[in-house]
Parts: sequence; C-alpha cells; structure tokens
Amino acid sequence: MTRVSLALLVVLVACALSLVTSRHQARKLTTELTRAEAEARAYEIEFGRLTLEQSTWATPARVDKLARELKLQSPPPQRVVVIEMPEASR
Amino acid sequence: MRAASVARGAAPRLEPPGIRAGIVFGVLILTFAALAGRALYLQWIDNGFLQEQGQARYSRDIEVPAHRGRILDRHGEALAISTPVKSLWAFPDRFQATPAQLRELARVLETSAASLERRIAAAGDFVYLAKQLPPEVAERALALGIKGLNDETTYGRYYPAGEVAAQVIGFTGTKDAGQEGIELAQQTWLGGHAGSRRVIINRRGEVVEDVASIRAPQAGRDLALSIDSRLQHLAFRELKAAVEAQRAKAGGLVVLDVASGEILALANYPTFNPNRRDGRLAPEKMRNRALTDIFEPGSTMKPFTIAAALEAGTVRPDTLIATAGGSLTIGGATIRDAHAAGNMTVEQVVQKSSNVGTARIALGLPAERMWRTLSEAGFGAAPRTGFPGEVPGRLRAAKTWKPIEQATISYGHGISTNLVQLARAYTIFANDGELKPVTLFKTGGAVEGRQVISPDSARKIRRMLELAAQPGGTAPKAQVAGYRVAGKTGTAHKLEGRAYANKYVSSFVGFAPVSNPRIVVAVMIDEPSAGQYYGGAVAAPVFSTVTGAALRLLGVPSDAASNNAILPTDVVEIGEET
Repeated sequence: MTRVSLALLVVLVACALSLVTSRHQARKLTTELTRAEAEARAYEIEFGRLTLEQSTWATPARVDKLARELKLQSPPPQRVVVIEMPEASR
Repeated sequence: MRAASVARGAAPRLEPPGIRAGIVFGVLILTFAALAGRALYLQWIDNGFLQEQGQARYSRDIEVPAHRGRILDRHGEALAISTPVKSLWAFPDRFQATPAQLRELARVLETSAASLERRIAAAGDFVYLAKQLPPEVAERALALGIKGLNDETTYGRYYPAGEVAAQVIGFTGTKDAGQEGIELAQQTWLGGHAGSRRVIINRRGEVVEDVASIRAPQAGRDLALSIDSRLQHLAFRELKAAVEAQRAKAGGLVVLDVASGEILALANYPTFNPNRRDGRLAPEKMRNRALTDIFEPGSTMKPFTIAAALEAGTVRPDTLIATAGGSLTIGGATIRDAHAAGNMTVEQVVQKSSNVGTARIALGLPAERMWRTLSEAGFGAAPRTGFPGEVPGRLRAAKTWKPIEQATISYGHGISTNLVQLARAYTIFANDGELKPVTLFKTGGAVEGRQVISPDSARKIRRMLELAAQPGGTAPKAQVAGYRVAGKTGTAHKLEGRAYANKYVSSFVGFAPVSNPRIVVAVMIDEPSAGQYYGGAVAAPVFSTVTGAALRLLGVPSDAASNNAILPTDVVEIGEET
C-alpha cells in the first residue's frame, strides 16, 4: 500500500513539475509570438511606406516631367514599324 | 503572571470562568465570525471589485490595429495608401521644456520656437503640436525627453496620383472614414476595424499569455479600379492643356474599354490635390463632373436619332433629305443649320452635322420609336458605375413630346446626360449594337451587354461617323495617324435659366480603331472662351491626341497607314451649332 502511495507521489510530483515547465514554455513562446507579431506589423507598415514611395516616384506625372527635361519623345507613328507575327509561331 | 503560574502548576485546577474571561472569549468569537463573514462575502458575493483590481495588475486589453485597404489601378499601381503617422500632443499645464529643448523641438518639427510657444500659450487644456508626422520624425522629437510631450499613432491616407484622379478616388475625412468619391462609396469594403484582445503581461510588460480575443481585427481590403494610371495621366494632361488653352470653365474626359465597359480613364478639370486639403475646398473643384453634372449633348445625339430611323426602316444611308435652304419651321419655331447647303443624303447629314436634316428624319418617326432607342441606349437612367451622386440625366416620356421638341431632341437639345452616359451610349456603335454596362471596378474580360440596335445599323452609323472625322466632315482634327477613327462633334448652346445663352459646351465622342473598336473616348469642354467654340475645333484635337496615345499605350495594332491623317492647309472648317 505504502509503496503504491509512494509511487503515485513520485508520479504526482513529476506531473506537477512538467506542468510548471510547460507553463513556463508556453509563456516564453507567447512572448516570442507577440514579438514576432509586432515585427510582422512593423514590416507591413514598412511595406506600405515603400509601396507609397515607389508609386510616388513612378507617378506618370513625374515620369512625364523627367522625360521632358531629358528631351525624350515617343517615336512618331511614321517611324514605327508594326511587325506581323506569323500565326504558327504564336 | 497568573497564566505563567498556571502553566507551571503541577495539577492546575481550572478556575471557573469568570465573567471577564467570558467577555473576552465572546468578543474573540464575534471578531472571528465577522472576519469569516467578510471573507465569505468578498469571496462569494461582492467579488467583482477585487477580481477587477487583481486582473488590472496582470491583464491588459490591447488594441490590434487594422489598416484601411489600398485603392489600386488595373495594373496594381497604388492610387491610395494608408500608412501610420504620428501626432505630437501635450497638456499645456504639464508641458515643461527648457529653452534649448524647445529650440531643438522646433528644429525637428521644422518650425520656430516662438510659434510653438504661441501655440501652447493659446491652447486650452490640450494642444496638438504637430499632426501627421512621419514616425521617425516623431521618434526624434520624443527622444529629446521633453516632459509632457506625448505621441499618438493614426493612419494617414496618401494619394500618389494626386490631382490627376482626385475626383474619382475622393478622400477620407476624420477617423479614416471615406468622405468623397470611391473612398466614400466603398467604405465598408476598404475600412478596417481595429480588434481588441485580452492578454496577461509579466513584470516587464511582455505579453506572456493570450487570454481571449475580445474583437477580431478586420483589415480593410484592397480595391482594384478599372482605371489605368497611364491613360488617366494622359487624359488629365491633355484635358488640362485644352481647358487652359480655350480659357474654358471646366472640362471632362472619359475613356471606356469597348469590350468590358470598364472606365479606363476619367479626368476632370479644374481639380484639387487630395494630399493637401487646407481649408475649405471649392465644391466645383471636388465634383466629378463627368458623372455628377448633366449637360445638353447637342449634335453628339444625332447618331442615335439616325440609328432609330435606320432601325425603323424609314431611311437608308443614301436617302436624300430635303435640307436645302438650311432652315425648317415647326409650329412657329425655326431650326437652322450653321451653314446652308443643298439637299443631303442621310450619311451627309451626320457627316456635316445638319440640324434640319436630323429634325426631318426624326419627324418621320413615331415619337415612341425614337424614345425607345434613346432610352435603350441608356439616356435618362443613371449609368450605375458605383460612384456616389451620379445623375440620370433627363429624357422625357415620348407622350409629352410636341413635334418641335421631338425635332430638338433629335439633335440633342431638350435632353440631358452626363459624360459617362454619353460615352457608354456610343458603345452601341462600337460594339455592333450592343450596349455594355459601365463600371469603375476592374472586371477582367468582356461582359455581356444588351443588343439595342442591329449589327447592320451599327455598322452603317460607324461608316457615317468615320466620314464625320475626315476632311469633309465636322471634325477632321479628330484624325489619328495610323488608326481609323470615327466620332461625332457637339457644339451645344448652354441653357441659362429657361433661355439658351451664347455660351457653349463643345464636345466630341468617338471610338477607334474603326476596323475593330477598342476604346470610346468622350471629351467635353465647358464654355470655351478663347474665340473658338466648335466641337470640331475645341474638343476633337483633344480626342485625337488622347486616342492616338492611348491606342499606342494599349498596344493596339494600327489599321491604317501612318500617313492617313490628311489635314490639308486649305481645309474648310465646317461649322455646326448643336
């Protein structure tokens, strides 16, 4: 009887200890998760900012202005040759 | 002393409890009972307060932010983006900064120390020192360690396209809610809802356990419009140049995809910059005229009258119409042509934009029949693009038409429409008689339309419209090098009150390439006042530039030789009114 009780006691202590460790583990992981989530959010914000920056640099209005400054122009229709693609190679 | 002696006694004889002992005992019992009662009460009955206090020590409700969805063009280019910004605020009575700190702060915020001081002094309980700062600037300001300086994160909305698409996209107001345009119409789709969750934090403020999600955050969704940024810019640039050159009051330009009914570009001028909306904006700059303003279209309506007549079988393209003399009197009112000529065929009536000819053709038709064609082409009903505040225009019931009204409606007076509606109606000529639904949202691919006129009639009208956009027509300036174009001019007197004034709305609506139409382009210039006012002189050149550039941008193969656009120097300008 006593032996069984002792064995159960050992099992109980083991269980209790494992509960403590897993609980601790869970907390540590949660902290990590929260940090990762915050990081993800920061990246998302960064992405938004970069998209904004990219589209601001690439607005047709700005490209237009720069092209004019560089004296670029689209070729006049007379100088454009339209190439007919043969049906087979499509 | 006495207790000690009792303990030491070998066989202490308990004295009978005296009255004093009884009282002490009683008091003790009562005290314990009271304590136990209070404990039970707190544990079972009034447990809210303590539990709350306990939780407040370790649990927190934290907000999970959700941003507003982006608005994109058809190729995924951003037209509206939300990004976090910071505002700096303070309670003036708790704000303490040394003069050196204040100078530093002013330098970071790019203002003067004096103006900051003034602002703090003028404020009541609460003052914003700076709004909508980039986060890194706010960080630098906070790093100065000024007492009483706080920050707040909000989302700022940015519009990379700026004034170019301002009226279509609209803008958001306070609290990131849509206030105008698509931002308003699609608020539920775009708007995000911040979530909230309860967590347990440790001594260092780190989240150690997620207890419950109180409200799941719902991020706003992205929205793809049918607008093509490049075409939009092109349309806006050309429209702006034309409105300024013609010293006009306003202008509008619409580019429609013929197969899908998508609006590829929708430009308005005058406009505003949605990124800098200081003070009150003039409503006439904010309005999306192409959808919310109606005008009498004038001659651009003529092809629909002719189409109704072709459908009814009352005329053929080569039927001769008695237009000689250039005037027609109906019930006391006289209709005139801007230039009198001999009798014309139906084809020439469209080509030269004859009012008399169109009126005669219209009067040969039952009013009901003409009304049906106009109504089926979408006049008198809002185009339902999904834009807030679009107007249906006016098309009165045929029963109420007097003959003179039927005659004027045939050339676009006594009927009103908005520009998008008019552009859409022209899809029936571009699409072999099929009217497409228009939309501001990307649909991806051709959509089913509704057959309004027969393919045969549509092709005949197409031929007439091509003639109108050639030398001998009203709009040779609409020609595009390398592409066949077709279209119709409009030069309508403006209604002021109940009378027609000597002010004009010049317009041109057309499509290209004629051999396989891809786009419909409609141009409207309101009150040109630089001398010229004929649609063929004011609006047609804008059509030509925009259509040519748009077709090349879209990679549409040319269907004519590059030297097709003949503009002889001695070209006789064919005038028209209406």
